[in-house]
Amino acid sequence: MDNDSTPSEGKRLDLEEIMSRISEASRQVVSGVETEKVKNWVTIHIMGRAYRVPADLTILTAMEYAGYRFVRGVGCRQGFCGACSTLYRREGDYRLQAGLACQTRVEDGMYLVQIPFSPAAKPPYDISELDCDESTLFEFYPELARCVSCNTCTKACPQDIEVMDYVQAAIKGDFEALAEGSFDCIQCGLCAIRCPAEIVQYNVGQLGRRLYGRYGSPEPEHLARRLEEIEAGEFDEGLDRLVAMDREELERLYAEREREKE
Amino acid sequence: MRIPYYPGCTLKTKADSFETSALAAAARLGVDLVELPRWNCCGAVYSLADDDLIHHVAAVRNLVRVQEMNESGLVEDELRLVTLCSMCFNTLKRSNLRMLENPEDLEKINALMDREDDYLGKVEVVHFLEILREIGFQRIGELVERPLADLRIAPYYGCMLLRPAEAGIDDPEEPSVQEELLSALGAEPVDTPYKKVCCGSYQTVRDPSAVAGLAYDILEHARSAGAEAVVTSCPLCAFNLDSRQREVREEHPSFQEIPVLYFTQLMALALGLGADRCGFHRNYVNPEPLLRHKGLIREEDHG
Amino acid sequence: MEIRRLIVTDEAVELTARVSELSGESVTRCDQCGTCSASCPMVAEMDITPSQMMRMVQLGLPEVMETRAMWLCASCYACTVRCPRGLDLSRVAEALRQITLRQAIDYIRIEEIPPEELERLPQVALISAMRKFTG
Repeated sequence: MDNDSTPSEGKRLDLEEIMSRISEASRQVVSGVETEKVKNWVTIHIMGRAYRVPADLTILTAMEYAGYRFVRGVGCRQGFCGACSTLYRREGDYRLQAGLACQTRVEDGMYLVQIPFSPAAKPPYDISELDCDESTLFEFYPELARCVSCNTCTKACPQDIEVMDYVQAAIKGDFEALAEGSFDCIQCGLCAIRCPAEIVQYNVGQLGRRLYGRYGSPEPEHLARRLEEIEAGEFDEGLDRLVAMDREELERLYAEREREKE
Repeated sequence: MRIPYYPGCTLKTKADSFETSALAAAARLGVDLVELPRWNCCGAVYSLADDDLIHHVAAVRNLVRVQEMNESGLVEDELRLVTLCSMCFNTLKRSNLRMLENPEDLEKINALMDREDDYLGKVEVVHFLEILREIGFQRIGELVERPLADLRIAPYYGCMLLRPAEAGIDDPEEPSVQEELLSALGAEPVDTPYKKVCCGSYQTVRDPSAVAGLAYDILEHARSAGAEAVVTSCPLCAFNLDSRQREVREEHPSFQEIPVLYFTQLMALALGLGADRCGFHRNYVNPEPLLRHKGLIREEDHG
Repeated sequence: MEIRRLIVTDEAVELTARVSELSGESVTRCDQCGTCSASCPMVAEMDITPSQMMRMVQLGLPEVMETRAMWLCASCYACTVRCPRGLDLSRVAEALRQITLRQAIDYIRIEEIPPEELERLPQVALISAMRKFTG
């Protein structure tokens, strides 16, 4: 998340640039004069107010262009952190769409609002004291029992997860399906915002994955083997060598390391 | 015979002994219960308000899965959906009936489930006991390897197998299907006036002591009629009659515990499938001493 | 017994109509024979009997909303199969519950179910209770 409490010099510059773009953008909206460089413009409605923005922007950059400055409600800008969830409708379409502002391109006539957070307490638990069965899920999230299988959660998911299916897996106590099914969840919270049963799906998925990881899934063989090797001292020598290196030597080694192909 | 089968949530966890014993018994009878792919919770209770459609969506989705099973060839031209849990049976069957009787309701639900195939209204929801009746109790009797001789059992119906009349599988006032099954298995069915009195159902969440009171009445009447155990086809009845005996004892210290079984657990035993298929560890009141005493569980069973 | 003068207000007519609409039952058909009360497994726990509940609905008495009978109904349909007038009282109880639940007033507080009960209770109990007791 961006944090403005101790702004760095670089951030101040960004801010100035943004501010200048904002004033430009406002002028365009007011005067209707289009910038030479931008060929295609669209009109979007942010919380009910119309803004003309360049057509190739994402919702996030378009909102910044329109003058919004994000302190919260934005994070990685890469579609991973789930901080910039947005609800929108296209003109003439009754369907309520959901997306991440940083990943969704603006469209002409789009109506949108940001829903950056789903209010939900996360109960504290010690995973080592829990059982990997459906009772644990109901103990922390008894409202699971209110699911009506309407599938609204699935429709709301910007990650295209079959959310209803993993909620159903939770109700059945099928931890494998719960963990696998919710694996791509980025905790954006749109499912929970839309759920008529007021279930907090992403928290259920997270508890399910943790329980499955700890108790349900088979222990990987290679991990056990590696642990044995460590116990047997097979890496002691290499580790000692690393510890003895100076900074320069370490940096050279890091630069020359084997890398996975991109 | 391959038939689509709807387990329901509880049969995958706390009542898995019901499923394991039923699947084994069914297989012995030549019935292959094929689990519905991607089934979801049916909602457990049928929603009664006239204008409430959303609570029927869960049931209808499962009926769509039966169509899909036929399309993908998992079953052949088999639109019956078999249930074991009485609650699921009642909910699925009645939602289905409502859809058939009110095409407008179905249209709305189909529109809401826009990502699913439309439900075409051709599925028939049946209870496993109906399949057994269709096979014939005489035929089942012929397959019995270890008759439940000298075992006096009170069949408990509760509500969801019988009521309301349009959803029931038997006469709502004088049911006999479980008696016929028990007789075929060699047991002696014991009649009690409480066999169709509600166990309190979901009141167990809000008011456990009221449910314990009902359980006491039901079980005491079974015992005084000479029953040594009670059978049911509902995981909620089973919880209220079996697990709630803890609360019954707190209320009535002289109460003597009595085993409560799924009818399929006794079927599996009688068909010679062994105690391993019966999951007796799930029972709150252990039925094994009784069954061992009657010679129905023997040492040699545990290889 | 206190004899009260019955004044049929607009509100009373409205309540009777609302229950009839939600339940789909012609509540005025009940002729108070009491078969439902005699069949009800929960009647001992109730503050009013099912037949009294029907009477109060017929008269549109707003006090019916404060009674517990509707919440203690286990939807067992014992009354339904026996009513000589063919009425389904479980639907009437559901209608009364729904009138309250739709005002965002729940009958159970999920967070107050003791953890040891949540561990014991099968899903079928929790799911059915939440469908009947929460909106």
